[in-house]
This record gives sequence, structure tokens and C-alpha cells, in this order.
Amino acid sequence: MFEYNFHWRPVFKSLPDLLEASITTLQVASLAMLLGIVIGFILAVSRLRGNGSVYWIATAWVELARNTPALFQLFFFGFGLGALGIHFSPYAIVLAGLTFNTAGYLGENFRGGFEAIPPTQLRAARSLGMNSWQAYTRILIPQVIRIVYYPMTNQFVWVVLMSSLGMLVGYRELTGETQFFASKTYRIFEYFAVTAVIYYVMVKIILGLSKFCASRFFRY
Amino acid sequence: MISIDGLHKYFDNLHVLQGIDLEVQKGEVLSVIGASGSGKSTFLYCINGIEPVQQGSVLVDGIDVHAKTTDLNKLRQRLGMVFQQWNSFPHLTAIQNVALAPQIVKKMSKSEAIEVAARQLEHVGLGDKFNVFPNALSGGQQQRLAIARALAMDPQYMLFDEATSALDPELVGEVLDTMRILAEEGMTMICVTHEMGFARDVSDRVAYFHEGIVEEIGSPEQIFNEPQSEQTKKFLAKVR
Repeated sequence: MFEYNFHWRPVFKSLPDLLEASITTLQVASLAMLLGIVIGFILAVSRLRGNGSVYWIATAWVELARNTPALFQLFFFGFGLGALGIHFSPYAIVLAGLTFNTAGYLGENFRGGFEAIPPTQLRAARSLGMNSWQAYTRILIPQVIRIVYYPMTNQFVWVVLMSSLGMLVGYRELTGETQFFASKTYRIFEYFAVTAVIYYVMVKIILGLSKFCASRFFRY
Repeated sequence: MISIDGLHKYFDNLHVLQGIDLEVQKGEVLSVIGASGSGKSTFLYCINGIEPVQQGSVLVDGIDVHAKTTDLNKLRQRLGMVFQQWNSFPHLTAIQNVALAPQIVKKMSKSEAIEVAARQLEHVGLGDKFNVFPNALSGGQQQRLAIARALAMDPQYMLFDEATSALDPELVGEVLDTMRILAEEGMTMICVTHEMGFARDVSDRVAYFHEGIVEEIGSPEQIFNEPQSEQTKKFLAKVR
């Protein structure tokens, strides 16, 4: 019916390279996630408590990050700034794009988490003589973490998968590496099939780890 | 002693407290009764500085609660507060709920704080619930946990904001009993309450709030048996 002959050998020969590239994927995704958590937290607090320009900058960030394609955001840091004479390395473009996008999504997650906690919790904490810092770090934030934990796991999976856009700005993460070999050997289907399996396994490991950590952290 | 002098409180245009003058002596139990919206709860929040006031003053042992120079976090250690919604901290076990503030606010050592917490939990009848999370406690138990948590700071005064209103009827008794024990031990208490039986039996004085003022104040016998004001009579006729 169709005359395509599968050739898996080149793929397996370059498997070590693909696995190495998957480490690159995990590294850039993890760093983007970490930065995203920090910035997302600042965005959430800015939108909840900030006013004036602080509020508006945070809101603009969230709106742009969530309502435009992630690919465009990556292109902005690559070709957009490039047109203005500001040049980043492919790695920096991917990291900046992913961080920008993820911070926006996490910002809204965190904001929702804070709003889910009854305001009376803060009152109760303050009435015991805790200062604002203590009330936030000991009472509110631990509860927020519990609420946003699984959405955060999802977001991390999303960052790992989205890092494949790196290919389009010339970054040799897992997809970029796959594309490189695929075009060298013309075994396009085989390469991308194997890479899909690698992504699948990575995500499964992340989800498993997340579940394991949750069972250790959250006892209520 | 808590003395309140000419206290006015607005929420935007809403004049919630319209000039409250009151004194609560050491060891006294004052019950505050009145209809919803009469300013009872707001009054309590003004005493521990959760709500700012627009006019007048609240002195707790001579310290002006609303003065800019007052360290509210320090002052609040003198004023235990129990809320209608009991507000146990869901991520902490019962004993952690109680031990946390002594540890981080009073800077007790962990073992010392745990010891204090254990004593207070036993005091309110939760001696067998140390390591239980709040979601496994009934409303009445959570409210007693909140009382223990406030007591662990060794307060001079306890403020109760409708501590039993959110409870199922069969759980009200255990919380009132705990409050009774505190009163008998000589704790100074201000109780905003809808429990007329409690107000009558336990308080030294009862204040009836009506539209942001103290309409009438006196001994329970006087308020409940010979109310002077028409408003008080009307209110009591309704709640009886």
C-alpha cells in the first residue's frame, strides 16, 4: 500500500546525542520554571496588592503572556529584538521566551491561590501578634503552595514540551537535535517518533516525582 | 483595664460606631448583645487594632491602640481573639496551630512552645488531639482549638466574636463551657454573643448595642429583667 521502509538504525546510533539533548531540554525548562515561579509570585502580589504602574506592568505581562502564542513570544526575543540590534544567543532566547510565558501563567495561578484563602486567615494570624511577613510566610504561602501545586506541575510539563519551540530559533535542545539528525539522514518519521517517546517518558517521570513529593509534603 | 472613649468608626459613608464609651475592668466579663449590623463585631476589631478608627481612643492597660507609635504586634499578645469562623490553620496539626505563635512571636524555644501548647489543648479538652489536622476536627473542636491558640500567647484579655454563631447547635455547649471555665478562672473577657443564656449566667455586665451606640449597659439582672430602654425591650422580646 505504501512503500516506505523504516530505518531505525541511524536513530539508535544517535540515541546518546538525543538523550544528551533531552538533558539540555530539562535544564532550560527547569531554569525557566524556577525564574517563572519567582517572577510569577511577584506578578501575583503586584496584581493583588500593588497599585499604579506596578499593577499595570504586572497586568500587561500577564495579558501578553497568556493571550498571545508562545511561539510569537519566543520570536520577539529572537527576531523582534534582533531587528532592534539586540542579539541573544539561541539559549537566551528560549530561556527568556519560556520564562516570560510561564511567569504570566504562574502569576495567575498564584493569584488564584491567594484569593482562595479566606481573608480571615490573615486576620487570625495577625491577631496572634504575627507581623505581616510571618503571617504570609507561615500561614498564607504554605496554603497557597498546596493549592497551586498540581497546576504548577502541569505548568512545568507544559514548559518542557514548549521548549521544543527552541528548534525554530536554532537552539539544539531535544527537538532541535532531532531535527538536525532527521534532516541529515532523511529518517524524519523515525527520529521524531523516538523523540516523542523520550518526551513522553520525561513527562511521566516528572508527574511521578511530583506525586511522590506531594505525598511527602502534604499531610492534610 | 480596657477603656474606650468616644469611639467613632466609619466604613466609607457608613457610620458604624457612633461614639462608644466603655470601661472593662480586670477580671470582668462583659457580654455585648445586639442585632446584626449594630457594630458589635467592628467594636471588637477596633479594640485589637484590626480595624482603624476615625475618632476617639481605645486604651489597653494605658496603651493607645490606635496611636501611630504603638507596636500593634506586641500589644496583640495581650489581647487574645476568637472569631466566628474559627480559622484554624489547615496546614498545621492541632499542636502546631497552638505552638506556632508562641514560638515565632514570643520567641519561645520549640520545646517550650510545645509544652505551652499541650497544656492549653488539655485545658480546652483536646488533650487527645495533638497530632490531628483541623479538617479531622468538628466545628466545636476547631473553635476550642482557636481558644487554646489564643490562650497560648498568655493574653490578659480575651475577645470573643460570636464564637458560637457558626456552630451546629449540638456543638455550641462545649464551646460555651470552655468560655465559662475561662471566666471562672478570672480571665477578662469581652464576648460578642447571641447566646442570651451565656450572657445572663456568666457575664458581670451586659451591654446592648443599637445602631452603633451602647443603648444600655448594666448587670445581667438589670438588662434581662428590668431593661430601661425601649430598644432593649424590643430586642429582648424578639430573641426570647
